[in-house]
Formats: sequence, structure tokens, C-alpha cells
Amino acid sequence: MLEILEKVTAEFGPAGQEKNIRQLIENEIKDYVDELNVDNMGNLIAIKKGNGDGQKIMLAAHMDEIGIMITHIDDDGFLRFTTVGGVNPKYLVNRNFIFEDGTVGTIGVEKLDSYNDLKLDKLFLDIGADNKDEAKKLVNIGDVAVYQKKFNNNGKRIISNSLDDRSGCAVLISLLKEMNDSVNDIYAVFTVQEEVGTRGAGTAAFGIEPDLALAVDVTGTGDTPEAHTMDVKLGKGAAIKVMDRGSIAHPGIKRMLAELAEENNISYQYEVLEFGATDARAIQLSRGGVPSGTISIPSRYIHSPSEMLDIDDLKDCRDLLVKFVESDKLEKIYKK
Amino acid sequence: MLLEKMINAAGVSSREKEIRDLIKKEIENNVDNLYTDKMGNLIAYKGKEKEGPKVMLAAHMDEVGLMITEITSDGLLKFQPVGGIDKRVLVSKPVLIGEDKMPGVIGAKAIHLQKKSERKKPINFDDLYIDIGVNNKKEAEKHVDLGDVAVFSTKYEELGNGRVIGKAFDDRVGCSIIAELTKQEYEMPVYFVFTVQEEVGLRGSSTAAYGIDPDLALVLEGTTAADVPDNKEHRYSTSVGKGPALTLMDRTVIADKNILKGLIEVAEDNGIEYQFRRTDFGGNDAGAISLSREGVPSAVISLPCRYIHSPLSLIDLDDYQKMNELVNLYLERLARKGI
Repeated sequence: MLEILEKVTAEFGPAGQEKNIRQLIENEIKDYVDELNVDNMGNLIAIKKGNGDGQKIMLAAHMDEIGIMITHIDDDGFLRFTTVGGVNPKYLVNRNFIFEDGTVGTIGVEKLDSYNDLKLDKLFLDIGADNKDEAKKLVNIGDVAVYQKKFNNNGKRIISNSLDDRSGCAVLISLLKEMNDSVNDIYAVFTVQEEVGTRGAGTAAFGIEPDLALAVDVTGTGDTPEAHTMDVKLGKGAAIKVMDRGSIAHPGIKRMLAELAEENNISYQYEVLEFGATDARAIQLSRGGVPSGTISIPSRYIHSPSEMLDIDDLKDCRDLLVKFVESDKLEKIYKK
Repeated sequence: MLLEKMINAAGVSSREKEIRDLIKKEIENNVDNLYTDKMGNLIAYKGKEKEGPKVMLAAHMDEVGLMITEITSDGLLKFQPVGGIDKRVLVSKPVLIGEDKMPGVIGAKAIHLQKKSERKKPINFDDLYIDIGVNNKKEAEKHVDLGDVAVFSTKYEELGNGRVIGKAFDDRVGCSIIAELTKQEYEMPVYFVFTVQEEVGLRGSSTAAYGIDPDLALVLEGTTAADVPDNKEHRYSTSVGKGPALTLMDRTVIADKNILKGLIEVAEDNGIEYQFRRTDFGGNDAGAISLSREGVPSAVISLPCRYIHSPLSLIDLDDYQKMNELVNLYLERLARKGI
């Protein structure tokens, strides 16, 4: 799974421009599924049929990553930009960004009277062009760049860009490759535009009409010095979401996940996230409502170029998800 | 001129009847059929049986305004904004209230009665009121009910140099262009949709899109232009007089790449001046339409307006013509080549 994780974190795919990462994932999974579709929004939907007696399960991991979009090129060749998804201007100074074609720039800042004045419109991207014409040969208005990619593995933990949510994608890919035949119909969806407001997952759910759904995404931790209090720790296993700002996990799903973890000796922890949301937010409200939950991969420094996760946690998430989709007892979930 | 009529018509969010009736009358002979849905959206179509992509053109009929929420014992009307209004610009502006268009003026405590600290801040909605020239609550109640809405009474006016001022260019410019396009013939099904309640949260367009189930959507809008002193070029958003603005991304939608590419090609092939909207602030009907059902590829074309969401904003009629031309030529290309 780490090999695939390295591959997917290295691929370009900001919200709204998921083509490259979609093609990569398509190639990885096409031999392991019964059907592959791309819908109007660009979601990649992989279907693995069950025997007809089970449930229709939608799994969602988002392919898109955060980035910056160029809005203006000035006469001296400097680029102004806006953010795509939750990018904090305060963490951007002197970061390198890379465009789809490999063009790299670094972020500079105007002179400031105070650190508090560090707002988005004080920042610019410098791609080393001398003037507007030279800049325009490399970059156009509307082009998007992402953090320059770097994958680090010390055998225990990964430090990389885009673990949000390429680690979720890696879990789904690994699941499709390794799961046994199941009674359930599995719709593994690699969604688009999560970072700008869980947009892809909602339309995918409308098309699929699942019986129940699980999102797979990263969550924060409370285990660093003076961190905001949160009872999730790196290395303590798969995090079973109870609630975040966008959804309350269906109690039956939450309980079933915990039971499966206990039965199979998979480490797990409960997660309450006070900020943020996952694709479950949009899926649960589709049509007449879809019982939904989230399996979270504990991560530090989310939305930075150096997110960190624990390799054992990642495997726990994959193993728990496999047990879930293979289960023939999912009807139990609906008994609250 | 159609635009002038539309600008002068009233239609605060949820009270779009007057503007809807006007548009209906203007376009009913140009289209195959038209109807008003349960939310109040006006939906007209042409070529329903034709091959080719089913396109939804959308502009919102509603405008920002004020809703009467309390009548004081002195007969003054307290109000809350309907949609986003800059409260700094309200004092002393004339308004018309309710279907009978009772005239009134927005008042506030006189400046010599204000404390020093109060003078430094814009007056809050709670401290403003509408004065309709009556003496007490009883008299006021003869003319006004709670829940009535007030609309700015400013009229369309030409300034010369192709620039005009008026209220509600956001989004009557879109309505006016779509109404004009009903005269054209396209070799594909086209839905001309005039939506309600955009200003209070993109409410009409989402139900309209659900009903129509289009293959793609083009949203025509009025957008903010900030090409004014004390602002730097990269913060202009858009500039008046430099052609229609294409949205790359805003708070509610990322424009569909293929539609955007098509629009740019059409503009460049035909020498139509255009610009990009250089802010991702704000949102519009495309946000709601694009998420309808299984998703609808959508793009936004906007007309730059200075002083938007106020009693008077300013546009350039040249921009209006260019926007009309761009949309028309894009639709012809769409019928020929698809998205």
C-alpha cells in the first residue's frame, strides 16, 4: 500500500482538475473491478458486484488536493493568486508550488508593517520570469499549482504532501485489490472537489443511490505540544468518526465498525472533530438520506506540504474497511 | 429599451411577480412554451425535441431590498435587509414599499445627535428606519403590512459615453440578455430560465435545474467591478468597459474547463474583448445548478458593475453588447460542436 501511496501523492490533481490523478487510479484498479465510470462532475466510480443478497455500499475518498489559482499577471511577471480549498496565507511564504506542466514558483511577500498584515493579497508567486510576456509563456490566468511534491518514509511514519486525501485513495485502491468476494455491492468512488465544499460526493451519491456509505479521509490529532484538545493520537489505530462539522455518523455504522475492529483485533479510536467535514456530509443528505459514517486516518499538519501519518494506522483503516465491506451482517446497522 | 424596463421593475427576492410578468410578456411569442414553477422561476424553452445538448441559460430576476419587520408607535418602519446590502449607503435613499409602491425615505438619527463614537461607524440596520410621512402606527398600518418589501426607487439613466446607472443591474443584465436571446434559433434544446431568490442563497435555481435536468448550464450575472482609486490592479475583480468577465472559480463553483475553453475560443476567434474575474469572492446560481442531480457542467459569464448591491450601480453598454454577442456565438458553437 505504501508504494501506491507514494504514487498517488506524487500525482497532480487540485480541486476541479482531477484528470491526471483520475487516470492514474483508473489504471491501478481497472483489472480488479467489474465496472468503471466517470460521471458529469468527474468522479471515478468503481463497481465490484456482490451476489445480490447484500447491501449497496458507497465508499468515498477524494482525489482532489488543495492548491492556488492564478488570477493576475503583472507587468514584471509576478503572479497573484487565490486559494483553491483551505489554504492559510500565513503558511505560504517561501513555499514552492508546481503546475501541471512542471513549472515551479515560490511565494514571495510584499513588505509588511506587521505580521498581522499577512493577507492573501500581499502574496505573489515568483516563477522567475522577467516580465508579463515571459510569464505568460509558462502560466495562464486560471492555471492551478499545488505544493511541490515530496514523499518521506522513515519506516514508521510518512511525511508527505497531499496525504489529505490520497491516503484515503490508497486505502480504497488497496481494498479493491485485496478484498475477498463479498455479498455486498461495492461502489468505490474517488470523488472530486471535496476541498472546495464536498461537491463531487453529493452528485455521485445521487447517481448511485446507495443503502449506506462510508467516507475515508484524514482527521486531525491532539497529540502534539500544546495542541487543541482532541482525543485522537497517531499510532493508536483507525479513527471511527462520531461527529464533525458536517455530519454525525449513523450510530449503527459507528457501532458496527467498532464491533468489527474488536472481533478482528484491529486497533481503533473514536474521533470527534471540531473543525472540518468529509464527503459523508454531502452523501448523507442525498435523495431521501443515506446512513453514513467515516473512517479517518489520523494525520498531523493537515493542509500543509508536510502532513504526517502512521503506517500502522493506515493499515488498520484498510483492514477495518475490508472487514466492513465483506460483512454479511450490515442490515443490523439499521436497528438503532 | 428592454434593459431599461427591466431595471426599473421591482422584484425583491420572493416578490418577483412584477419583473416576471414583464419578462413573460416580452418573450412569450419567441418561445415554444413557458411556465412558472412552484418556487416562482420562469422557465421558457425552444427546440425541446431537437438533438444536441440540452442547455440551461439562467439569470436571476430577484434583487436586493428591505423587508419591513416592525412598525413603531410613531409610524416609522423598521426593516432588515433581503440579500447582501452595504449598510453605509442606505441613509436618505428613497424607496417604494409593497405592491402599491408607497414612497418612503430611509432615515436615521441626525448627525448632531450622534455620539462621537457613533459617527465613526456605519449605522446599523437596527438604527435605521423608513419614514413614509405618517404620524403614528395606525396610519402606517393603512399602507404597510409587516413582511412587505421595499425596493430602491432609483431609475435607469444614461450618463453618456455608453455608461448607464440604475439599480439591480445584478442581475437584470442577465435577464435582459437571455430575453433577447429567445429571438434566436439554435439547433439544440435551449431552456431560458429566470430564477428567484438568488440573493438569499441560490434557492430558485436549484429546484429549476432539478426539474429541467440539463446537460450544461450557462449562468449570466452582474458582478462587482472594483477598478476604482486606492485599489491595485490585482484586486480589481473586474473592470468596467473591458468586456464580459469569465469566472474561473468562486465560492460556490469551479467553472467547467471545457465550457470555459469554448467561451475563450469564441471570444478570441471573433475579436470579442473579455476578461477574467480576478476574485473568488461571492457565488451565484451556478453553484446550485452544478450540484443538481448527478452534476451539471456549468460556467458563469458576468457583466462588470461598479457599486453593486446598492441603490445605484454603473455599467457600460458596450460590455452588455459584447456579453450578448459572446453568449449567442457560444450557443451556436455548442449546437455545432458540443461542449
